[in-house]
Amino acid sequence: MLFGYEWDLSSPLAFAISILPILLTGMLVTIQATVLGFLVALVLGLVWAVLKGAPSRFIAWPAKVVTEFIRDTPLLVQLFFLYYVLPEYGIVLPAFMTGALALGIQYSAYTSEVYRAGLEAVGSDQREAARALNLSSARTFTHIIVPQAVPRIVPAMGNYLVSIMKDVPVLSVVTVLEMLNVAKIVGDRTFDYLVPLSMVGALYLIMTLVASTGVRLLDTWLPKQGIPLK
Amino acid sequence: MTDDPIIKFDSVVKRFGDLTVLDELNFEVKKGEKVSIIGPSGSGKSTVLRILMTLEEINGGMVTVGGEPLWHEKAADGSLKPASEAHLRKMRVQLGMVFQQFNLFPHMTVLRNITEAPTKVLGLSKAEAKERAEELLELVGLADQASKYPHQLSGGQQQRVGIARALAMRPNVLLFDEPTSALDPELVGEVLNVIGKLAEEHDLTMLLVTHEMRFAREISDRVCFFDQGRIREEGAPEDLFTDPNEERTREFLKAVLD
Repeated sequence: MLFGYEWDLSSPLAFAISILPILLTGMLVTIQATVLGFLVALVLGLVWAVLKGAPSRFIAWPAKVVTEFIRDTPLLVQLFFLYYVLPEYGIVLPAFMTGALALGIQYSAYTSEVYRAGLEAVGSDQREAARALNLSSARTFTHIIVPQAVPRIVPAMGNYLVSIMKDVPVLSVVTVLEMLNVAKIVGDRTFDYLVPLSMVGALYLIMTLVASTGVRLLDTWLPKQGIPLK
Repeated sequence: MTDDPIIKFDSVVKRFGDLTVLDELNFEVKKGEKVSIIGPSGSGKSTVLRILMTLEEINGGMVTVGGEPLWHEKAADGSLKPASEAHLRKMRVQLGMVFQQFNLFPHMTVLRNITEAPTKVLGLSKAEAKERAEELLELVGLADQASKYPHQLSGGQQQRVGIARALAMRPNVLLFDEPTSALDPELVGEVLNVIGKLAEEHDLTMLLVTHEMRFAREISDRVCFFDQGRIREEGAPEDLFTDPNEERTREFLKAVLD
């Protein structure tokens, strides 16, 4: 029994049906960690992108070093660091929060590059035209740069959303009860790993397909008329 | 045309790294005057326009537009200090620019391209801006293209939209930065026709950087030959094109006209 659900070992199919609610509980945690991690990556990535593009190299340079460091060290190392080292300095976060934060930080280094490439793809000719027409910098950013950058950014961001989703099982090492961890517990208790792990694979496939379809729909829905996309 | 200079360059220096693009340039344009700037690549022709449009800062000297310093403003104690963004915004109202690569906003329709700045910068209502845009599209011969996107238009049509967009801000001075250099030869004529019409019918001050010598000769009150960051020779088009004083001008004209 786990989370109040009994399993039925009479046949593989019966077993699969009986543990589905348990796995779905874990899947909900996986989705929550994905969404939270992705939001952190989107916001923090934008911060990095702005800092890296700052005119002062005293701001740009440290931001580049930090993001390079984040990118070149394993997610697991960062996760252990946040989970075991921060509490020594009095910062104690629930395992789930720590995990989502680690995912978000790791991926912010990647998303910052996506933002940067997207913003840079809007040529200086557009900024110059806006300046010649005396548009304010805020208006230029929101109505000239962003509408042209977003369609370039969305597909790459969608790929990272799927990547984050697939990295969530790493959080199991700090006791987060996401889908893989739940399946492993079921296996440990029933000595049947085949059915729960196969189900995790299948459920993952459904989740990633849904996520990439969603991204594709968003991409088709975005106004792209006239924007030269490579 | 009156005698007050609307644009004045006084010993203006512009450097890009070690390269001196404008070398203590002195240059004046009178109100309503149509001036063409010709010269070899890298002679600083476009830089003059880009400095006026506040796209490039100056490294020395003084530029005035309508009698007021462009890149300087008066500090509280009366001395001149480098211009703030607010000062540049105020000064830019007098100027408009037509770019070599058109620089239209690709994600906006032709109409939005023209109405965006009048509504957001000049505070025109949508209806007023639309009316103004339609008049201008009529003027440039594109009345039926308002709802198209730039990529659906030919280069010549795009540049005519660029001209309408600049005019919609009602500038006193219109700067043309090689407006036909990016166009296929058969599309150059339609853009030149529009510029020619503007020159004839409006008292707009026009500054045209161009390689179209015949056109420069037709529409200009004065032609300036730029070489190595200075004006090597200037004068009425007939004089400069038929009987230049300088050997360097002669060489250049021979090379481009043959």
